[in-house]
Amino acid sequence: MGLLSQAKFLLDISRTNDIARRYFVVNGFDGALTMLGLIIGFLVSAQDNLTVIINVCLGAAIALFMSGLSSAYISESAERRHAQGKLERAMISDLEDSTHGYATRWVPVLIALVNGLAPLIISLLILTPLWLFVAGVPLPVPPLYAAVIVALLLVFLLGVFLGRIAGVSWLRSGSQTLLVAVLTAALIYMFAGH
Amino acid sequence: MALLKKIVLDVLKPHQPNVLELSQALADAGDDYRVRLTVIEVDEKTETVQIELEGNAIDFEAVKSVINGMGGSLHSIDEVDVASEVKAG
Repeated sequence: MGLLSQAKFLLDISRTNDIARRYFVVNGFDGALTMLGLIIGFLVSAQDNLTVIINVCLGAAIALFMSGLSSAYISESAERRHAQGKLERAMISDLEDSTHGYATRWVPVLIALVNGLAPLIISLLILTPLWLFVAGVPLPVPPLYAAVIVALLLVFLLGVFLGRIAGVSWLRSGSQTLLVAVLTAALIYMFAGH
Repeated sequence: MALLKKIVLDVLKPHQPNVLELSQALADAGDDYRVRLTVIEVDEKTETVQIELEGNAIDFEAVKSVINGMGGSLHSIDEVDVASEVKAG
């Protein structure tokens, strides 16, 4: 069994597919909005030192990764142990050496990785225009605005993903998440733009 | 040496992995195994199934190991069909 199919099997038997998906969206959204907030904060502060901006954003992205990784691992480990205990009582047997015991040990790691990597990868994608500009790649718009556009696009895509899961209009679902991002940007301009 | 040709088992298992996954894992335990699995009873967290396994030379320990590995618990052996090995010459 390949690594991916084994991961899918473990998520299936522990019925945690939807939890991993939820964590991906929730923490991915966190990552996108945090980067959007930081970049708009730099825009309204007229900060143009891209090295400082990249370092601050990267610091926040790494903190989000560590926070997502550790919090999900701790909470999911406890949840999986609890679920296994309930199943063992129903089965009147020890499941430690079964696929359920294996899932109890590995599913928290998988979910922690999803929870940690989602905001990190999304943050790195948002920072890509800044790196490209620093590397001398010409951009059609100033790098900070390009990063804002990427952030809005990713937030929209997360909405589209949610829409497809729910089986509702992807345009409507994408627009809803985009609206949240625009509202966030407006609030930052309102409170930090003086 | 006697060969196990057929065995019927009563097994308590969690709902996951499902009966299809368990049957496939049992069939994969041998080269020519044929598995028939019937769900007898379904409870909130568990289900009781009857597994009928046929093959030329069933490896009972391997079968038991697959059942335990999938989180199942063997309750009883309800039927067996054993034949002595035909010696050449």
